[in-house]
Amino acid sequence: MLADYVPILILLLVVIGFVVFNLAVSEILGRRRATRGKASTYECGIDPETNARGRFSVKFFLVAVLFILFDIESVFLIPLGVNLKAFAAAGAGTFLLVEMILFMVVLGLGLAYIWRKGGLEWD
Amino acid sequence: MTTAALIATLVKIAVFFGITISLAAVSTLFERKISAWIQQRYGPNRVGPWGVLQPLADGLKFIFKEEVAPAGANRLLFRLAPAMAAAPAFMTVAVVPFTFPLILDGTRIPMAIADIDIGVLFFMAMGSLAVYGIMLGGWASNNKYSLLGGLRSSAQMISYELAMMVSVITVLTLAGSMNLTRIFEAQIPLWNIAVFPVGTIAFGIFLIAAFAETNRHPFDLAECETELVGGFHTEYSSMKFALFFLGEYSAMVMMSGLITTFFLGGPSLFGLVNGIEDPWIKVLAGLGVFLAKVCFFLFLFIWVRWTIPRFRWDQLMHLGWKLLLPLSLANLLLAGTLVATGVL
Repeated sequence: MLADYVPILILLLVVIGFVVFNLAVSEILGRRRATRGKASTYECGIDPETNARGRFSVKFFLVAVLFILFDIESVFLIPLGVNLKAFAAAGAGTFLLVEMILFMVVLGLGLAYIWRKGGLEWD
Repeated sequence: MTTAALIATLVKIAVFFGITISLAAVSTLFERKISAWIQQRYGPNRVGPWGVLQPLADGLKFIFKEEVAPAGANRLLFRLAPAMAAAPAFMTVAVVPFTFPLILDGTRIPMAIADIDIGVLFFMAMGSLAVYGIMLGGWASNNKYSLLGGLRSSAQMISYELAMMVSVITVLTLAGSMNLTRIFEAQIPLWNIAVFPVGTIAFGIFLIAAFAETNRHPFDLAECETELVGGFHTEYSSMKFALFFLGEYSAMVMMSGLITTFFLGGPSLFGLVNGIEDPWIKVLAGLGVFLAKVCFFLFLFIWVRWTIPRFRWDQLMHLGWKLLLPLSLANLLLAGTLVATGVL
């Protein structure tokens, strides 16, 4: 079983080699003539004001938190989905379907709650 | 692992990885050619006949360009970000079945680099990792435009990943497996896109989410030239910039391959190809059919980019959370009901 994953490891080595080679070759071959102007960040030609790593909208954090909740919940749908056909063939399809509906009602209620609370509004 | 299996793996990596990189390079040329045709221009036509050597010239130019890192940048993360953005797209190649399994003397050689039973999970995992490269690139540059581009991009990618994941679960429900080879084999009688209405809706959702996941028009708010200069890659130059782009185009190739596998029957063509007796001809014909379908979707990606205007940020998030997510959940419920009652 574990032998099925060896090709992924080989591909990972190939990909890392490819990426590192590309980065290294231009670091070595590319010319360098650093000036103060080049080292400053681009801000439409004006001298940069303050550090860029300041505050940003808390909405982005909210999106990340909601994503984690829904992503983990939808992972639980995968085994239900994969096994549904086999269960239906064995005559237990209704049982799994009811389980699926119950789970998705809870998921839908969560979404409705966020929606109602204004968690999905951007203006 | 036997020597024969190792050789087969190395050959598959060389061929499939090579195809992906070449398709990504060729689509940069076609992006410029097709945009030129749409805007009544010629496009690149100086390097080689019809401009075919343009990707090669671009690559050489990128190698010899100067590396500039802004003074306040985080050195390590600034270098790591392009690699982190490109590698997940390349890794997805591992699970995509490019053609029918090759059957030689009774042994079945699956034509995906790693024919694993959790192929779909692997693809979703790699899709999630792609966010890191862009977010790191945006943060490490110490540029306000980059930071905003990186933030927008990560919020957009994770939002659309939900709808994409649920539409993929619909496909799993129809196929009853997470192995990509078995998913396309289950579609040989009838492609998922033709399973009305559940397959068709899942296809639509997956296609829209694929555009958002690859940061392509009309959802390219991450780089959005009119507002953010270049977004997360504003400060990048030379091969680092090229790696971001190679990653984006490889992700496009992979998304096209996955749409083909999930909804268009992979290498099958109305029973014409899987009826072929000779194993080698069957594999090559399957590869041809698969690549033709992939090229169609690559053309669609480019066509949409030069035709449709960009979304506004709040419209983008509303579409993802308020329309696609509930729609995909309802679609999954319908698919589950149909499968459980034995209709499908």
